[in-house]
Amino acid sequence: MKTPREDPPGRGRASTPSGLPLKPFYPTARPPDAPGEFPFTRGIHSDMYRNRLWTFRQYAGFGSVRSTNERFRYLLSQGQSGLSVAFDLPTQIGYDSDDPIALGEVGKVGVPISSTQDVTDLFEGIPLDLVSVSMTINSTAAMLIAFLVTAMKRGGGIPAKLRGTVQNDMLKEFISRRTHRFPVKHSMRLVMDIFEYCQTELPHWNPISVSGYHMREAGSTAVDEVAFTIANAIEYVEAARSRGLSVQEVTRSISFFWNAHNHLFEEVAKFRAARRIWARVVRDRFKVQDPECSKMRFHAQTGGSTLTYDEPENNAVRVTVQALAAVLGGVQSLHTNGIDEAIGLPSETAARVALRTQQILAHESGIADVADPLGGSALVESLTDELEQRALEVMGRIEAMGGALAAVLEGYQESAIEEEAYRHQRAVETRERVVVGVNYFRAETGARLVAQKVPPELERERIETVRKRKRARSSAQVAALRSDLRADVTAGKNAVECLVRSAGGDLTIGEMASTLAEVFGEHVE
Amino acid sequence: MRRTRKFPIRVLLAKPGLDGHDRGIKVIVRALRDAGMEVIYMGLRVSPDSIAKAALEEDADAVGVSNLSGAHTTLFPEVVKQLEASGVDLRRVVLFGGGTIPPDDQQELRTFGYRAIFGPGTTTDEIIDFLEKEVPSE
Repeated sequence: MKTPREDPPGRGRASTPSGLPLKPFYPTARPPDAPGEFPFTRGIHSDMYRNRLWTFRQYAGFGSVRSTNERFRYLLSQGQSGLSVAFDLPTQIGYDSDDPIALGEVGKVGVPISSTQDVTDLFEGIPLDLVSVSMTINSTAAMLIAFLVTAMKRGGGIPAKLRGTVQNDMLKEFISRRTHRFPVKHSMRLVMDIFEYCQTELPHWNPISVSGYHMREAGSTAVDEVAFTIANAIEYVEAARSRGLSVQEVTRSISFFWNAHNHLFEEVAKFRAARRIWARVVRDRFKVQDPECSKMRFHAQTGGSTLTYDEPENNAVRVTVQALAAVLGGVQSLHTNGIDEAIGLPSETAARVALRTQQILAHESGIADVADPLGGSALVESLTDELEQRALEVMGRIEAMGGALAAVLEGYQESAIEEEAYRHQRAVETRERVVVGVNYFRAETGARLVAQKVPPELERERIETVRKRKRARSSAQVAALRSDLRADVTAGKNAVECLVRSAGGDLTIGEMASTLAEVFGEHVE
Repeated sequence: MRRTRKFPIRVLLAKPGLDGHDRGIKVIVRALRDAGMEVIYMGLRVSPDSIAKAALEEDADAVGVSNLSGAHTTLFPEVVKQLEASGVDLRRVVLFGGGTIPPDDQQELRTFGYRAIFGPGTTTDEIIDFLEKEVPSE
């Protein structure tokens, strides 16, 4: 791109990036409700972070099981308060590391996990009854829960003590994240099997993290991020209700995952509006009176797609503003991106700076001292109302289509996101939207970072390990376990329970997933 | 200046491997179509073998592959291998790629036969200009 000298647009800009109108100034306003009071616009706790800070939860995982265990221990030793596991794509889609389809992908975007033994090794030296674990896993969430429960039992622990979350949000996989494996209908069944299993067996485990993050990354507006995500959440609760599960318990255990994007005030308004919408959905639609169930708890991650390859140091500033938005918006746990996000996995330095960004905000900036410090700002209250209204309109459209699942099958959300992504790209290229250091204020000799690479020999070693472990088992026993799994899942038994038995017999994730695929089929685009 | 052509450029685009990041490739599909090209987008998880077969069947002038999961060093050379095995002449068909691909890997992939590798921050105009220039107008 050229290196222009002229001033960028933006002075006197009359709307937010998502199109909410902006006045030149705002008179004063009264905040709608108090922090900790329904509908929780101002946050889910009256004392917010005074009592307890949000959880610093950096998403990590790469290379091998051992290197990921080391990174986890490093992050915990540096003051991180919870774990968040990134799995590689074969694990997320249900292939063993030695499957030919996995070649090149093993250990690349996360840690490879094929069996119970891998999970045992992954958390070696980490007390799982004390440290909560969030797992970004969807199509194969049931298998990862099975491995974790089995690893806990083998280590002499009590699975019911496990604290954490599985993402388990399949609808957004079909819309934007795309690690789907099984057809939509069967994917929904697995989501519900996990809900059911967690209600009876894992009382401290969140069975889902309904995610807007990836839709925003794929290009959606803030309004659609809220609307699509809450519409998905409604679909899950409705499905749970049809399944005969306790709606009270389901709403109590649902958590959310949002993007923390660039526009500070629009983002703060987004978190506040989302909380208000969800609280009313739980009370008015699902008739759940307990306010504990209508509190929208959420994780946030700063917006990866906002970060630039050129002049990567600038990304530290973007991440800070985005993290500020999340905290001012009342976040419960947060991941801050590394400055090298646009080129690959974070280096150790980038990962440290990202964590330190949160610590500086928490301990030096003073923003954690008072609940909802922006409450009553006329701008923020007005944007909150406006965003809520617009999101409700979009949710109304989805409802009219027959709900989120029906809309997914029609490709409604996907095409809205695609449209917006293209609009954004055009706006950057025509220089209506400013990206500092890219389409304006670009240094002739911008510094570049060296990409972190996973050494190729790790993949070879990993394949060897998996093969060796598979060979050590009795093939008759493996065949019997697969046949039991196939029969039980076909008979409609809870898939997680069935998979716990499979994990106990050391079936691998690839064997489990291909057995389920024999029953369910695979999703075709 | 863009040359006038008798026939529009035919571009085959695909994502090999397991990576699901398709925001970029979908933007490119649309930008190339807006620029008057014929685009066949094969979607996600397409095997290098299927890409090669489609390149031949569709009589593509150019083939573009995208990867953002770090698997490009394995997948992109495999695409070349399959294209050559199918008899696609890479002097005539323009092969290009894109994604979060570090500069040294970009260099290496060029030696395999990639005419260009586009990294983060590339504009759609750069890709359009590249195809207009590389694909022969006769």
